[in-house]
Amino acid sequence: MFNFTIRRLILTIPTLLFISFVIFLIVKLSPSDPTGNLPLTIPAEVREQIREALGVNQPLIVQYLKWLQQFFWIEPLIYLENATGWDLGAGDATRLISYQTRSPVMDLIMQRMPQTLWVVGTAYVVGILIALPIGVISAYKQYSVFDQVGTFVSMVGFSVPPFFSGVVVIVLFSVIIPSDSFFWLPSIYDTTHRVTDWDSFVYQFRQMIMPVMVLALQITAQISRFTRASMLDNLNQDYVRTARAKGLRERTVVLLHVLRNSMIPVVTVIALGIPSIFGGAIITEQVFKVNGLGQLLILSIQGGDVPTVQTLTFIFAILIVLFNLIADILYGLLDPRIRYD
Amino acid sequence: MALDMKTEPLVRVQNLKMHFPIYGGLLQRKVGDVKAVDGISFDIYEGETLGLVGESGCGKSTVGRAVLRLYDITDGAIRIDGDDIATADAGKLRSMRPLMQMIFQDPQASLNPRMTVADIIAEPLREHVKMSKIEREDRVLELMDQVGLNKEFANRYPHEFSGGQRQRIGIARALALNPKFIVCDEPIAALDVSIQAQVVNLLEELQDRLGLTYLFISHDLSMVRHIADRVAVMYLGQIAELAPRAELYEAPLHPYTQALLSAVPEPDPNIEEQVERIILTGDVPSPSNPPQGCNFCTRCPQVMEICKTVEPQFQEVQPGRFVACHLHQIAENAASEAHKSIQQGEIT
Repeated sequence: MFNFTIRRLILTIPTLLFISFVIFLIVKLSPSDPTGNLPLTIPAEVREQIREALGVNQPLIVQYLKWLQQFFWIEPLIYLENATGWDLGAGDATRLISYQTRSPVMDLIMQRMPQTLWVVGTAYVVGILIALPIGVISAYKQYSVFDQVGTFVSMVGFSVPPFFSGVVVIVLFSVIIPSDSFFWLPSIYDTTHRVTDWDSFVYQFRQMIMPVMVLALQITAQISRFTRASMLDNLNQDYVRTARAKGLRERTVVLLHVLRNSMIPVVTVIALGIPSIFGGAIITEQVFKVNGLGQLLILSIQGGDVPTVQTLTFIFAILIVLFNLIADILYGLLDPRIRYD
Repeated sequence: MALDMKTEPLVRVQNLKMHFPIYGGLLQRKVGDVKAVDGISFDIYEGETLGLVGESGCGKSTVGRAVLRLYDITDGAIRIDGDDIATADAGKLRSMRPLMQMIFQDPQASLNPRMTVADIIAEPLREHVKMSKIEREDRVLELMDQVGLNKEFANRYPHEFSGGQRQRIGIARALALNPKFIVCDEPIAALDVSIQAQVVNLLEELQDRLGLTYLFISHDLSMVRHIADRVAVMYLGQIAELAPRAELYEAPLHPYTQALLSAVPEPDPNIEEQVERIILTGDVPSPSNPPQGCNFCTRCPQVMEICKTVEPQFQEVQPGRFVACHLHQIAENAASEAHKSIQQGEIT
C-alpha cells in the first residue's frame, strides 16, 4: 500500500504539469484582454503600456515558465519564510500578482478560502448526514412510502439547479415571510459578520441556513441514491442470509454487515466530491453573495485576470488528482479483496 | 422400519406452504403466487440424514430456508425439538437459532467478504454465548481444527481460500453454537468433484462425532445415496415420494422418481448400453400456475384420466414409504374418497 501511494504520488507530477500547461493554453488562447474592463477614456497607448507592464506580450512559453517558477518556487518560499521567520532570499522576488487587483493571487485565495470552506463544507457535511440514513432506510424498506418520497425528493434535488432552488427559497423566506417573523432568513450572506456572543452566533446560523440547505439538497440527492443502490446490492447477498441464520439482531445485520459493505462505493463518491467544496459552489455563492472562491473565479474570468484563473483552476486540479488517490487508497483499506502491491 | 419409529421426530414439518407473491400491472397489484413450496410434510429423526432431491427450481432450497424460518412461511406447521418455529416471533426465533443452522450452497457469496475467518466463526458466539475473549478465540481455533482448517488462517479473509476451504469455514460457522439440526443447502454443488467427496466425508464424520441431524438438499442423486438415510423426491413444490434410501433406489414407486433415477449415468459401459432411459418430454409447468390434478400429469409417461383432475394424496403405501401417485392409491381410493367427503362435510 505504501509503495503504491509513493508510486502514484510520483506519477501525479507529470500529470499535474501537463494539466497546468493545458489550463494555461486554454486561458491564454481564449480571446480576453486584461485591460478590457478598464474605463474607455484610457488611451490606446496607455493600455499598451499596461499590457507591457503585466508581461502579456512576452512569448507564451516564457509566461508559462514564469508562472511555474512563481507558483512552485517563490510562493512556497514566501509562505515558508512567513511561517518560520527564516530569510530564504525570496523577499524581493516578484510574486504571482493578480492583473485585476495587483495583489498577490495566493493572498486573495487565502482571504476567500474560509467563507467557502465554512459554507460549502457545512453543506457537504449536512448533506452526507441527511443522505446516509435516507439511503439506508429507503433501501431497507424498498418501494415503501418513505422510499417513494425519498426518490421524489432526490429527483428534485438532482434536476433542479441551484440558481432556481436558491432563488425560490429567497423568495419564500426573505420576501414573502415578513422580516420581523421568526422564520425570516437573510438573503445575503454577510462575510464580515463576526461571531462574538450568542446573538451573533444565532445570526451566523440563520444566514447560513439557506445557502447550506440549497447546496445540501443536491449533495443529499446524489449520495442518498448511491447509498440506496449500494445497500440494495448487498441486502440480497447470500452472506446477509448467513448473518440472519446466525441469529443476529436485525440491527446488527443491517448496520454491521450490509451498511459496512455498502459504504465502499459511497465513501469513494464522498471522497471524490470533496474537491468540489474547495471549488466552491460557484452558482450558489453568486446567488447568496458569499464572497468565496467560486465568486473569485467568476470575477477573474470576467476581468481577464489570467494569473488568478490559472492558479485557482490549477489548485482545483491538484485537489481532484489528490482526492482521486485518496479514494483509491480508501478503497484498498475498506475492501480486503483489493490489493495494490 | 425400526429406524423411523423409535421416538418423536426432531423435526416435524406439516403441510408447509411457501408462496411468493407476483406483482404486476400499472399499480403493482398482487396478481398471483409462485407456489414454490405447496403443502409438503415430512419428519426427520434425531441423528438421521434426510436427503431432499429434485431438479432445479422445484423448491428444494426454499424448503430448507423455510424450515429454518429464513422466510416468513405462508402456511403450515414446523416443530424443531418440540419448539414451534412456524409462528415464533423474531425475538424468540433468534433465541432458537443456536439449535438449527444452515450450510449454504455458494461458499463464496455466503461469507461476508470484509470479515476475517475468525470474525465470521466467532460472530454467532458473540451474539448467543457469554464467553471471555480468550475462551472465544480458543473455541474458534477448536472449530477450525474440527473442520480441518489450518489455525494459522484465522486472520485471513474468505477470498484468500479455495472453494473447498471456504465451505469448511461455512461448516465451522454453522457448528459454532452446537446445533442439533443443520440444513445443508446443496453444500457441494459449487465445488469440484474431488473436493465434493472431502466435504461430504467431513459432514458424515461430524455427524457421527456430534450426533447431528441433517436435511441434505442436493440434485446429485449419487451423493444423496451416499449420505442420506431416507430420501424425499420433490417435484414442482411437492414431495412425490419419500422412502428409505435402499428401497427408493432399488424400486422407485413414483414415475417421476423412476425417470429421475434412470437418468443417473452408469459407470460400466456394457451395462450403460442396456440401460433404458425414461425420457421426459415437455417442460416443468410454471409454479405460479400448476396443473389442476397431479403436478406431474403433464409429463408423466403413465398418466391416467384421474391424474388430470384429482390431486393424489401423499400417503404411506408401504411401511415407511410415502408416495403421492394415483398408480399406488387404487386400493385406498375408496377410503380416501370417503375421507375427503367427510372433510368436505365438516367444512360445509
